[in-house]
Amino acid sequence: MAGPGGDMQWCFSQVKGAIDDDVAEADIISTVEFNHTGELLATGDKGGRVVIFQQEIENKNHPQFRSEYNVYSTFQSHEPEFDYLKSLEIEEKINKIRWLPQKNAAQFLLSTNDKTIKLWKISERDKRPEGYNLKEEDGRYKDPNTITSLRVPVLIPMDLMVEASPRRVFANAHTYHINSISVNSDNETYLSADDLRINLWHLEITDRSFNIVDIKPANMEELTEVITAAEFHPHQCNTFVYSSSKGTIRLCDMRVSALCDKHSKLFEEPEDPSNRSFFSEIISSISDVKFSHNGRYMMTRDYLSMKIWDLNMENRPVETYQVHEYLRSKLCSLYENDCIFDKFECCWNGNDSVVMTGSYNNFFRIFDRGHRRDVTLEASRENSKPMQVLKPRKVCAGGKRKKDEISVDSLDFNKKILHTAWHPQDNIITVATTNNLYIFQDKVN
Amino acid sequence: MISTMECAVDAQSLISMSLMKIHNSRTQRGGIKLHKNLLVSYVLRNARQVYIKEKYAEIYRMQQYEEVMTVCNEIQELNPLDLDAEDTDDEEQTRAACCGEEASLCDAACQRGAAQPEAHARTASALLSGCPIEDGGKEPEPSDYRSCCMEASPLSHFDQFPALQDRHCNKTTVLDLDTHVVTTVENGYLYQDCCCDALQCGQGAQSPAKKRKVEFGCCISEVEEISDFTAARKRAKREDCSYSNPEYTDTSNISNLISIFGSGFSGLLSRQTDLEQICSKQALASLGAWTRAIVAF
Repeated sequence: MAGPGGDMQWCFSQVKGAIDDDVAEADIISTVEFNHTGELLATGDKGGRVVIFQQEIENKNHPQFRSEYNVYSTFQSHEPEFDYLKSLEIEEKINKIRWLPQKNAAQFLLSTNDKTIKLWKISERDKRPEGYNLKEEDGRYKDPNTITSLRVPVLIPMDLMVEASPRRVFANAHTYHINSISVNSDNETYLSADDLRINLWHLEITDRSFNIVDIKPANMEELTEVITAAEFHPHQCNTFVYSSSKGTIRLCDMRVSALCDKHSKLFEEPEDPSNRSFFSEIISSISDVKFSHNGRYMMTRDYLSMKIWDLNMENRPVETYQVHEYLRSKLCSLYENDCIFDKFECCWNGNDSVVMTGSYNNFFRIFDRGHRRDVTLEASRENSKPMQVLKPRKVCAGGKRKKDEISVDSLDFNKKILHTAWHPQDNIITVATTNNLYIFQDKVN
Repeated sequence: MISTMECAVDAQSLISMSLMKIHNSRTQRGGIKLHKNLLVSYVLRNARQVYIKEKYAEIYRMQQYEEVMTVCNEIQELNPLDLDAEDTDDEEQTRAACCGEEASLCDAACQRGAAQPEAHARTASALLSGCPIEDGGKEPEPSDYRSCCMEASPLSHFDQFPALQDRHCNKTTVLDLDTHVVTTVENGYLYQDCCCDALQCGQGAQSPAKKRKVEFGCCISEVEEISDFTAARKRAKREDCSYSNPEYTDTSNISNLISIFGSGFSGLLSRQTDLEQICSKQALASLGAWTRAIVAF
């Protein structure tokens, strides 16, 4: 995993998506998620489509090409809708995809847009029956009088066909925009969170859900915060967390009461008064929260930093990583061009020792918790020769710009990496630029 | 205390930027984003705090100057040819006393302005909490503010300055060169000469204001929708308009951003298309006008 000297080195593996500079809005990637084994990688886009890539079996002749992801299935998950009662258009953009643990030959995933969650079954078909007694090969029915003998139909191989079918549709439960879904460790229930409420569903039941969190004030004028993300604990099926726009995280225990408005734990770090600005509230809003795989920690992402919290310590995070502190002096421009509202996600590696998140200019940041090292890398077509090692990038905040450094003013704020994912077992990472999906793997010596 | 060292962006331009964002969010695909609008309202609140603080500081500086000049003139009138040291001392003492008083009031104002309670989200109408005129010593009830100003907090800057209400008039007149509208700043209160139902409602229309508030509550509990945030304001706008000065619809009299928010945040979000066009046009027009206003004595 680590090269000589202990630094992890990353190599380009693949890039998916159009090379076109002119990006169609529907092609903008809006979510990325590995399944539990890492064999499948799902992406959702603004056009409501889901594309699933499958990892090919290791090529024994070329061990350095450890894995290649190829398109496995593509389907239209959500369509644009119109709410006639409220005169609102409902975007088809896929906000989140979450895989269910595999129980049988088929794969299941949940995908959601702003209002509706759907359970999709992805199954393979590689055999077809042949030799019906009453039907011709093309499906026409035979005249029974012509049948003189009977035979047992046989299954013969065919080209692999991957079918995606919607098995459940969970609709009409959210007034506000859904921002998160999370499958429970019990593999029977899942939660969906919008700006003000969190609902608990059973995977088999679509016509009702339980509301477990409701922070809507009696008077909407008194609204001070909204829910920004929510997730179930990876092992404790009674525990979940939700983050807010005020920078707080609440941990709730469903055993305490039916309605979890009262939190069991409140994680909050006091604001540094010397950093107060017009935009303090915006940059403290949490955009993503993720439990570690071992369930002991959770990570939150706000606009400028990532924080790792020990679930046993509520008053401050145990680690804080600055993602792009050089942007602090640019907040007013970022407010003007709306970039300050970008919602960056974050992710853990398989053994919780390394974390990753995205930034601007197609940069992404990897923080090695154990070695206290961090690196900035870039996803670009220029660095996309097979197995090309990515060179660390550096942003010059001010003063004299060294060679190979890029100054803050040269950063392209239209090129942002909001969605990243890490293979659950291997050192394979994927980052989504606007409409391309890059796959990198660590250098195999 | 918000640091105002923000890459040369002043509070006014932030306010106008924020209002534009809120206005544009109405037409965005997918409906109004509650989270984003909430964050924008926080920026508005912060910018407003800084803006009003700066405005107060400016007003008090001017008042201080005028006060001093008035006293000096009076002294000169009484003793026009007496230039001995004693009187000079008296004059200086008087001036010092005036300045001291002014300064302490100014300090108090600044401190209170900075110690705005954090609890509630502010919308653009928060600007208005600075606007309504009060009689002599009468303080408007918090409920009036809530209903006509969409302001959740019962406290406003003006509630906290009872001393101001007793002061006799000190006027600063602002002439907007673009629209030729005169705005008078009186006793530190900003209002426009011509219109504003909200100003009137602050004075006398207590029952209509309360009535609006009750309707508010009903409407909000009945209709739970994404545009709760804005629907309530739309209703308030309709009601406000019914009380409004007929001159309100006269476009030539509406150019000041504060006058628009005199009828609540829904000034930008009204369902009534004609008013909507007027309001939004005026809002947009006034954004630039703000920066070109001059002060005339």
